[in-house]
Amino acid sequence: MTVMTPTADALPADAPAGATKVHPLVTVYLGISALVFLLMMALGLVMRLAQAEILPLPPDLFYQVMTAHGVGLVGISGLSTSAIMWHFLSKHVKLFPVVLAVSLALFLVGVVLILGAIFVGGFGAAWTFLYPLPVMSGGAWSATTAIVYLLGLLLVGTGFLILFLEAGRGLIATYGGLGRSLGWPALFGSAEAPPAAVVASTMVVVINVLGITSGAAVIAISIINAFVPKFAIDPLLAKNMIFFFGHVFINSTIYMAVIAVYEILSAATGRPWKVNRIFLAAWTASTVLVLAVYPHHLLMDFVMPKWALVMAQILSYVSGLPVLVVTAFGALAIVHRSAIKWTAASALIFLAMFGWSAGVVPAVIDATIAANVVLHNTLWVPGHFHFYLLLGMAAMVFGFMYYVADGDGTPVPFIDRLAVLLFTVGGIGFVFSFLYAGKAGVPRRWAAHLPEWVPMDRIGSVLAAVVVIGVAVFVIRFLARVPKLLTGR
Amino acid sequence: MIQDTAWTVSWVLIAAFAAVFAWIVLSAREKAAYEDVLPKAAKVRRAWFIALVALGVGVAGWTLPLLPYPQAKATVAGAQIIDATAKQWAWTLSATEAKVGTPVEFRVTSSDVNHGFALYSPDLKVLAQVQAMPGYVNRMTYTFAKPGTYKVLCLEYCGLIHHQMTAEIVVR
Repeated sequence: MTVMTPTADALPADAPAGATKVHPLVTVYLGISALVFLLMMALGLVMRLAQAEILPLPPDLFYQVMTAHGVGLVGISGLSTSAIMWHFLSKHVKLFPVVLAVSLALFLVGVVLILGAIFVGGFGAAWTFLYPLPVMSGGAWSATTAIVYLLGLLLVGTGFLILFLEAGRGLIATYGGLGRSLGWPALFGSAEAPPAAVVASTMVVVINVLGITSGAAVIAISIINAFVPKFAIDPLLAKNMIFFFGHVFINSTIYMAVIAVYEILSAATGRPWKVNRIFLAAWTASTVLVLAVYPHHLLMDFVMPKWALVMAQILSYVSGLPVLVVTAFGALAIVHRSAIKWTAASALIFLAMFGWSAGVVPAVIDATIAANVVLHNTLWVPGHFHFYLLLGMAAMVFGFMYYVADGDGTPVPFIDRLAVLLFTVGGIGFVFSFLYAGKAGVPRRWAAHLPEWVPMDRIGSVLAAVVVIGVAVFVIRFLARVPKLLTGR
Repeated sequence: MIQDTAWTVSWVLIAAFAAVFAWIVLSAREKAAYEDVLPKAAKVRRAWFIALVALGVGVAGWTLPLLPYPQAKATVAGAQIIDATAKQWAWTLSATEAKVGTPVEFRVTSSDVNHGFALYSPDLKVLAQVQAMPGYVNRMTYTFAKPGTYKVLCLEYCGLIHHQMTAEIVVR
């Protein structure tokens, strides 16, 4: 067994005071991510304001905004967290930065196509592109528009696939196989364990190569179907493939971002994050569970095999164990009586562990079939996923941005303290406004709400605005540092 | 209702999580050797693991018998059958009236894209739902306990006028 020692990076002589050395492409990834996170969250606020009848928004535009918000945040979550993974993995594995550049180029070209399809072509089939909605819009957009959107998505996915294949190549070249880099020789024997970043990256490579391949296949079929309608796919099979891809990809963003938790909390407390057998077993279990649990998105498809749906509930419960017993508990243990140096980075990272672990509760409830029958596709769903994506994954990304820009960053300026407070209080209130509305039966993805629901939307809008203000500070503070990070002046 | 239980359980457990995280933040003001913290943490972790497994087994044992799925291919004896077909953006129901206490088997399908067939009570609480999918018929049985005008809302995003895709069932 080994321990991961604190890895506060040594500063280059020409780096700005307090900054952490990162590859310029990682800085570019983070800069783009910061901007897009803010813009997409602003679109989320626009949706809440429309539902609250504060901002008039015609339904076609609402659903376009909804599609952009979903695909934009899923995409930028992938981009930002893959930058985190790349940064920490490249300390242990030689990776070729040109792949990072190619992946970004494909991402940007794909984004242009997606935005064109949405805001020029009027595409509004939600980010999940549930077959056959993209090509059966009821006259709202053309088949050509759907093809452009799907091609854009395919390009973005291809970029990510290349990036994960490169990470996999590096892991295999360095460790001799993915089983080794996942730590199996240490888990089942007495070999030295790989570092946490290596173990986590291996898991992400395995699940994402499978997930993205599934997504690419169903997108390709959908594109052919748009050209040749007789070339069809079984809608239930398509749904399985889409949710397998979507579930795996969005969950992988948390597993990439959590690498920052290991590194930053370790550095802030001066304590090593132990890579022991429990840690390794948890990551191997998570690899299997993330792949196997996706049918919990299909609990209301009664024609699915009953065993698959029952297993989905049970596996959803089991999936909570590695998060709650290993990662969240590890974070609590490392901070407990540590005299931790609180910075914007460490505070956001610690908040993220709360968001991720607390978000497990409403998520597991939603995965309980008896509850899903009254909660599925209500606002309970965005309630639980915003809990662990906004207050979890996104908080990890913003924490990593502060870590990159400020290093140990003490003393923390008032503006950053205020931003963290706004993000925390607004974020918790915002997700609870969703959960409460879900309890009340308010549907998700409705452009216009019934009068009974509007008061809940208004409260949610105020809290969403508070979150956006906090994030705006994070983003502006980081973007202001980007030129110095890139030039080293 | 299940929704109320879900809500109460969620906020109570999340508040408990928040209390633990807050306590850890307060404890972090002081300094102790990590070697002293770890053995105690390992004991707590073991108890935490056992408690979570016991909770999961208990909740699964309580909820899995409540599956909404049809237990057999045969229709419940004496049930009224209502065919529900979704098409952007309206529901076609073979009947719009039902009786209190008589099981109703909804046979739900779609003639275009995916939709969601959700039964709402007169005071807008979700009672039951099932997906409406092209090429498949999902069977859902529900017995109305009270008279009133119930609503059918679409709970799977289906395009431009998704939010207006509603119908009514009068229960006498």
